[in-house]
Amino acid sequence: MKVRQVSVFLENKSGRLYEVCRCLADAGVNIRALSIAETADYGVLRLIVSDPAKAIQVMTENAFTVSETEVIAVEVPDEPGGLASVLAPLYDANVNIEYLYCFVEKSGKSAIVVFRVEQLDEAIRALQGGGYTVMREEDVYRI
Amino acid sequence: MDYFNPVEAWERERLDDLKLQRLRATVDRLYEAVPFYRERLDEAGFEPGDVKSLEDLERLPFTYKDDLRDNYPFGLFAVPMRDIVRVHASSGTTGKSTVVGYTADDIQVWADLVARTIVAAGGTADDVVHVSYGYGLFTGGLGLHYGVEKMGATALPMSGGNTKRQVRMMVDFGSTILCCTPSYALNIAEVMIEMGVGRSQVKLKSGILGAEPWSDEMRRQIEEELAISAHDIYGLSEVVGPGVSIECSEKNGLHVFEDSFIPEVIDPESGRVLPPGERGELVFTNINKEGLALIRYRTRDISRLFHEPCPCGRTHVRMERITGRTDDMLIIRGVNVFPSQVEMVLMQVPGLAPHYQLVVDRVENLDVLEVQVEVSPEMFSDEIKRLEELEKRIRDEVQSYLGVSVRVRLMEPRSIQRSEGKAIRVIDKRKI
Repeated sequence: MKVRQVSVFLENKSGRLYEVCRCLADAGVNIRALSIAETADYGVLRLIVSDPAKAIQVMTENAFTVSETEVIAVEVPDEPGGLASVLAPLYDANVNIEYLYCFVEKSGKSAIVVFRVEQLDEAIRALQGGGYTVMREEDVYRI
Repeated sequence: MDYFNPVEAWERERLDDLKLQRLRATVDRLYEAVPFYRERLDEAGFEPGDVKSLEDLERLPFTYKDDLRDNYPFGLFAVPMRDIVRVHASSGTTGKSTVVGYTADDIQVWADLVARTIVAAGGTADDVVHVSYGYGLFTGGLGLHYGVEKMGATALPMSGGNTKRQVRMMVDFGSTILCCTPSYALNIAEVMIEMGVGRSQVKLKSGILGAEPWSDEMRRQIEEELAISAHDIYGLSEVVGPGVSIECSEKNGLHVFEDSFIPEVIDPESGRVLPPGERGELVFTNINKEGLALIRYRTRDISRLFHEPCPCGRTHVRMERITGRTDDMLIIRGVNVFPSQVEMVLMQVPGLAPHYQLVVDRVENLDVLEVQVEVSPEMFSDEIKRLEELEKRIRDEVQSYLGVSVRVRLMEPRSIQRSEGKAIRVIDKRKI
């Protein structure tokens, strides 16, 4: 139920994003989803990839500062109100969301929301209780 | 509480009387005996008998390391060579070595000072003192050695190196007090583990550690790994060698033996004496030495003085452990900043890589100090707010220590330039 997200520390200078992506490409790691949070000096690149262990290994070898975080991926209908409805059970369960990002699944029928929350288990219970599909790890890497 | 010498607990007034009497005698004697000092004192308008109070000290001229070098080797000695019984010298890696000389009485006074440090660190006549400071021109080994003999414990003149043999003898001879640099103490702890020597096989109870700067974090590590009480000892050959000051059982500053040295803390730029409690350059005046006595010697070490009474009962003023050197001082918006102080602060933040750099720039006529720190995997978080908390923590600690606002910039690992020799810690972009 928990998905491994790989995060990378990047200084705000030209070419760094390219270098991370190149490094993953050379290792044959596919990027499924990504988001970037930035400040004036640096950014944090968050990635869902086909093979998190391999991604961490090659990035560490290439001297990037990397960490792994557990997140939750939920399938929601790709239609108006889709995201709002999935947030309702989390709100009711008092789960605080640190950040989230979304991407549209290949078929185009549903969207996938990646949540980073403090209380992972409560969040999973609340979402399942609300009838949502919390995606299995392997399925997310395979999207 | 035990002292080696009753003078350590003399009341302030009596101690100050002795200091004044000795200061006056020293200045008068140097005026007559050392041409260099006669010239300097003349320039400052001082004549024999002019020192009337301890406040007169701050009007006396400074002595610099270069003065010792310019008068190499024996030019500042205040007695004829026939009265000098021992010479020590610094290694001279950064220039000509500095040479110091002692009369027979000086050796006795020095031994008494070192004996006080050993007793302050818990030593008694029953102890076996393992001296791993180098014996030779360096003052460390012989300085400690004479102090041990003076207070009646057993001296093991190990000198440095051959750590396995050090550990073997520590076990066989039952060493109870270890004297060496803090980093060597950690090295010994590692070798003990390698050799399979358990803590129960050695009798160590305390350490008298010095000759290099160290932090409380390092003390904690040494005390834990060797199961000893670690005491910081301070000294420099120009002033006497080890035995200028020592931490008592309180470990809250080092007592400076004021009956032999008068310490001052000055602003290294202006030369003015700073108010009590402020950090600046330590300056020492010898008032109980014959062979070589220096007036207001500029140590370049950064410290401050605590005049509050110490629970141990010693009345002599305490100095803060050395937190930096003035050699690489920066002036930021009028505040003196020492890169080594930034390092001390950073070393106390867990998980921080030891690589940092200071970048100084002038933006709209205002100096800006940026502390660049590499982010290690242990500190990294996927949440910006955690990284910002880290930045804030570093910024707050550095600011409160330096007294000047700084900007902290987190950097990728290995992005700060590595140097083969001395690391480049400061980039000054100001165009003045």
